Amino acid sequence: MSSTTIGAIVRGDAAVFPPYLYEAYRSTIKRAPGLPLVDVPLTLSELTGPGPLLSAVTPEDADLTRNAGTGGEAIGQRIIVTGRLLDAAGQPIPHALVEVWQANAAGRYVHKRDQWPGPLDPNFLGIGRCKTDTDGVYRFMTVRPGAYPWKNHPNAWRPAHIHFSLFGPAWGTRLITQMYFQDDPLFFQDPIFASVPPEAGKRLIAHYDHDLTEAEWALGWRWDIVLGGATATPFEHGEVR
Amino acid sequence: MFTSSYLSASQTVGPFFHDALLREGAHTPILINAETVGERLRIEGRVLDGAGQGVEDALVEIWQANSAGRYNHPLDGRDLPLDPTFSGFGRTATDPKGCFWFETIRPGPVPFAESVLQAPHICVAIFGRGLLNHLYTRIYFADDPAIERDPILRHVPSDRRHTLLASRHDVAGRTVYQLDLLLQGAAETVFFNLGGDVSPSNL
Ligand SMILES: [Fe+2]
Repeated sequence: MSSTTIGAIVRGDAAVFPPYLYEAYRSTIKRAPGLPLVDVPLTLSELTGPGPLLSAVTPEDADLTRNAGTGGEAIGQRIIVTGRLLDAAGQPIPHALVEVWQANAAGRYVHKRDQWPGPLDPNFLGIGRCKTDTDGVYRFMTVRPGAYPWKNHPNAWRPAHIHFSLFGPAWGTRLITQMYFQDDPLFFQDPIFASVPPEAGKRLIAHYDHDLTEAEWALGWRWDIVLGGATATPFEHGEVR
Repeated sequence: MFTSSYLSASQTVGPFFHDALLREGAHTPILINAETVGERLRIEGRVLDGAGQGVEDALVEIWQANSAGRYNHPLDGRDLPLDPTFSGFGRTATDPKGCFWFETIRPGPVPFAESVLQAPHICVAIFGRGLLNHLYTRIYFADDPAIERDPILRHVPSDRRHTLLASRHDVAGRTVYQLDLLLQGAAETVFFNLGGDVSPSNL
């Protein structure tokens, strides 16, 4: 990325979270707040949240290759995406809702605002959800998403990614983020990825794990997610994994 | 050494979230049913950008206590009634003009500290294309005298408190509270850094 104006307003730890204003990502220019955030203490309102209540999932929801309701199977490289959902102290968050969405193998979303001429796949909706198990593990079967073009800058392409939405235990642990794939050649020109400080950006990247790969079926990718914020009791420096 | 450096960073929700996050059962602008206990309210507003334009692709979520002031959450074990018909969570998206609405009930007061109550309020989170992090704010009720003593509003500069106060309009016998959420500009909504650096002496 060439140089860009980076706003000073950040929610939480500026070493982890992106600024609101990151001019190279042009949509931030008119949407980033310009006045300082107001620091407030955590109250019962933020220490509670809907996470523990949200539970409506079926096993089919976690298989994006077969959940289009057509009886058919999505086209693309089958992948398993799995990892642990952890709190800021490194403890697993069990029974938590994980919602995902992604482009198909050709880089196209089923969405009226996505009109670039990548092909749609009638057997792929690109939406899924699951709950973490008692060890905080989530798992999806899907196809590897393609990169897709957008109009942010000339010849702009988003690196392949899967969108993740998570609640965790509290209102203050809410997180929506994106998972990327190791060694993607498009990172260098993507301002959304680049908006995250480099060390934190690395933690948004899934790694290929041959131990997860299922023989003659699907390739395995591992990505752990750590929620902080409202329960952010900072923990003693140490390995999360 | 204490660190938060293992946390996963936020990324924009982008423009393509609707089918995933507003699927059947997940789109919840109506938090109540006929059995829900409490005073019915409609909350409406717009999400506006720095040019005053409606944000047509924002995701808006709310979280609130029930009419007795109890949160439907394991951490709230106070001896107050839980309403099985009321989760307290709502999720919707803005329309092409940036408008959103929720049908809910007036929340009861919730505690701040021992013997200190917060004024009834609704927690709000805003996500959108161009928002690399979500924004946290609150909706209070402008005609509620309890806002004068609210310990969170005291942290807000007095000339900006009005951005958190929804105004009451009674429409055809229904109570409507209206508040626009301004992402940017002179009348920008107050957004919070939850658990930020707050010195207790300010409280
Ligand atoms: Fe995307």
